[in-house]
Amino acid sequence: MLIVVCIKQVPDTTQVQIDPVTNTLVRDGIPFIVNPYDTHALEEALRLKDRFGCTVAAISMGPPNAEGTLKKALALGVDHAILLSDRVFGGADTLATSKVLAAAIAKLHAEVGEVGLVLCGKQTIDGDTAQVGPGIASRLDYRQLTLVDKIIDLDFSTQKIRVSRKLEGRHEIVEAPLPAMLTVVRELNRPRYPKVQMRLAAAEAAVEVWNNKTLQLDEQKIGLKGSPTWVSKIFSPERDKGEILGDGYNDPAGTAALLIEKLMAKDMLPI
Amino acid sequence: MTPNPSIFAPLLIASLAVFAWGCWKRLSLISLGQPEDRFNNIGTRFGEMLLYAFGQKRVISKPFGFNHFIIFWSFLILMVANTEFILNGLFPHTIKLIKLPFELYLPLAFMIDIASLLALIAVTVAAIRRLFAPPYPEARTKEAFFILGLIAILMLASFTLNATELASFMLKSKADPASFLAAAGRIMPVSAFLAGYLVSLQLGMVHAVAWWAHAVALFAFICYLPNSKHMHILTAIPNCFFHRLEKPNTQPVEAFVSGNTFGVGQVDRYSWKDLLDSFSCTECGRCQNVCPASITGKPLNPRAVIHDIKVNLLENGTALKRGAALLTPLIGEGGEGSVSEEAIWSCTTCGACMEACPVFIEQMPKIIQMRRHLVETETKFPEELLNLFENMESRSNPWGIAPSERTKWCSQLDVKPFDSDTMEYLFYVGCAGSFDSRNKHVSVAMAQLLDKAGITWGILGKDEKCCGDSVRRLGNEYVFDKMARENVATFIERGVKKVVTQCPHCFTTLKNDYRQYGLELEVIHHSELLRNLVQDGRLAVDKTTQEMGTTVFHDSCYLGRHNDVYDAPREVIGAATGSAPAEMERNRSNAFCCGAGGGRMWMEEHVGERINLTRVNEALEQKPDTICVACPYCMTMFEDGLKDVKAESVKVRDVAEIMAEALLR
Repeated sequence: MLIVVCIKQVPDTTQVQIDPVTNTLVRDGIPFIVNPYDTHALEEALRLKDRFGCTVAAISMGPPNAEGTLKKALALGVDHAILLSDRVFGGADTLATSKVLAAAIAKLHAEVGEVGLVLCGKQTIDGDTAQVGPGIASRLDYRQLTLVDKIIDLDFSTQKIRVSRKLEGRHEIVEAPLPAMLTVVRELNRPRYPKVQMRLAAAEAAVEVWNNKTLQLDEQKIGLKGSPTWVSKIFSPERDKGEILGDGYNDPAGTAALLIEKLMAKDMLPI
Repeated sequence: MTPNPSIFAPLLIASLAVFAWGCWKRLSLISLGQPEDRFNNIGTRFGEMLLYAFGQKRVISKPFGFNHFIIFWSFLILMVANTEFILNGLFPHTIKLIKLPFELYLPLAFMIDIASLLALIAVTVAAIRRLFAPPYPEARTKEAFFILGLIAILMLASFTLNATELASFMLKSKADPASFLAAAGRIMPVSAFLAGYLVSLQLGMVHAVAWWAHAVALFAFICYLPNSKHMHILTAIPNCFFHRLEKPNTQPVEAFVSGNTFGVGQVDRYSWKDLLDSFSCTECGRCQNVCPASITGKPLNPRAVIHDIKVNLLENGTALKRGAALLTPLIGEGGEGSVSEEAIWSCTTCGACMEACPVFIEQMPKIIQMRRHLVETETKFPEELLNLFENMESRSNPWGIAPSERTKWCSQLDVKPFDSDTMEYLFYVGCAGSFDSRNKHVSVAMAQLLDKAGITWGILGKDEKCCGDSVRRLGNEYVFDKMARENVATFIERGVKKVVTQCPHCFTTLKNDYRQYGLELEVIHHSELLRNLVQDGRLAVDKTTQEMGTTVFHDSCYLGRHNDVYDAPREVIGAATGSAPAEMERNRSNAFCCGAGGGRMWMEEHVGERINLTRVNEALEQKPDTICVACPYCMTMFEDGLKDVKAESVKVRDVAEIMAEALLR
């Protein structure tokens, strides 16, 4: 049984700023990280590998430097790491992205082994759309189980999976036949830390790169050309509430007095 | 009668065989260890051996150590007497000290007599101490009393032997007893005194009993020695010879090559010197009596760690030699021969154990080696460290704050990027100084003081990265190695020669750890630089600050014990306030850790009393208005501790803040 994990290299958003003129992310010098939700998907796949002996493949669509992300996956213990990289994949929205990823999963299914599960993070921290996972499921006609915080039961003999979904204020327990696509939340698990031996091996290992010659997709349906979505503007929301009062370190008493005065003026303190 | 070579010789040979077998069995295990060069500077090493092994310098640093000094030197002197005894046993009446020229024999006989008496007194005192006031409760072992008893028997028997020989000589020579004993008393006072009482007894019989008692006790001693903690008699001297000549404040680098093992998860991964250490431990307990983890009830006891390494080596030795499966894991549940993970993570790397050890056992590096195994090979570590490791690797600071915020502390100041052409010092601010809201005030104070003194200085700003101290002490050598290489490259590229730090952890890492990467920087802790500037008159304190009230100074482990900087911060406080700070009961090289070193800053402390509270309470005994520190971690630990004991009226101030108060306010 093959488990495919989709991972994405994202800019470390705690360090990202928006260029006020061009409305785009300033990515210069910003380090890349593995999308944090994807690390939980990866961890779950590796736990299933430990438990059932499944094969795990990690795939990522991105520029050549996204290889680092896949090396991290190799260091954690995935069996295959494949980078989907081609100029014609670039500029893709969620639709075009899901087409490329789905094609890669189909190829893995045909060539490496029967795919039982596809695991994705619930969303990426740069795009925040949460659409790519479900998009893959639609393209492949897999069942989609989103926002999974626990795999309750997985039975390969009956080809069934039962999971808990973390929804707002409640949990939902659902069951589906395999193959299924899961998007996962952080509560699912605690990602492991790579062993040095594995890191060294990963550093030496080659990441397989598939381009469109490998996938043979219609160039009109992928990348920028195949993306109906376009971003008109990105901006930071204006901060209309909250302010920093005084100097709490050098003058704690004065600052507290200032705060009380302010709250009383707004009639927010009971007297 | 006595001596009887036909009985004595076989017994002696048998004892020597047992002795040799015991020595071989244990010492051959040392060769299982990894290679390590401890043969440099032979001359210095010889001097150290004379000072610390024969001079017992560290032993006598504690009052009771004098007792050991007496036993040790009596032992050396009595080796002459025991050699005579053995030769006499093998070749009766041929080799006797008395046949030496009188001017040599008389002082020798006197020394032997006195040494025997002193040894007898010393072992009696030692036994009484162990019975009523042992160094630690578990020290009352049968083994300890057995060896003390054996030494006492040897002394008593040798007195009896000498006394009977004197008495029979007196009888034979028909000398006047009073004048004979008086004359003999000037040479062998104790034996002559005893001779006066023994003269009326069956001398031949008493002599025979004493002779054989001495022989049997001596054989027992020879047999027992290599098979007990008294092995240290043989190993402590070479251990002093081979001790690390520089301070053991760094850990060895690892080569990150596929196929290597990382850290120590199996006893033979230690170096031969580590294994020699384990056989040199006298189990005196001085390390555990200064260990902040042991004292506050954590599962770590440095003496037990060394003992467990020894037991593990003995139990697994045969299997290791044969390449068979090992019987006892080195890191395990914590039974004898195994060290528990909880113990390994409890170490604050304060170095107090190493400072206390009379024979220079290096406990702390062994613990860090086990941490390396847990982190790098097993990836088993307390869960709160996962975030730390990832933050360090991805954002090069413990909190995972965006590196772009590194310069926020100086946004209101005119601080320039470091330029080696125009600037003398790089101010390496450090993570706490850059991000910690409390500690940023120290960085600001330091910046203002540097300007006031007219120093040319700059910062690396966004290019500054964490020094990696915490990850190295936590055993994440792989990440440390990457961080160190990046930093060393930056320092070289920017032409940095002189660095001032306001954190002892940055200080020791840049100064000592980066040397392993070929970087020789002139690193100075801000307390030292401030002291120098005051001495040079570049910081002239016209009016001392009274703002601080009564001050007490807390030594940071990585400034004091690990780098021997004790006076500078005290002198800065003295210059700024007009009076020297008060001292806590444990100060300078005996100072008690704040609890945050060795990466403990980033870990929970669930077991036992909190280390910082112990230290805060010790500081409060001096009734201070201000606790002075020279380390960001110490500052956090004291401020937290003062809140916990509801003593927030006591302030915590860094030495730079105190100097800034005197000069700038």
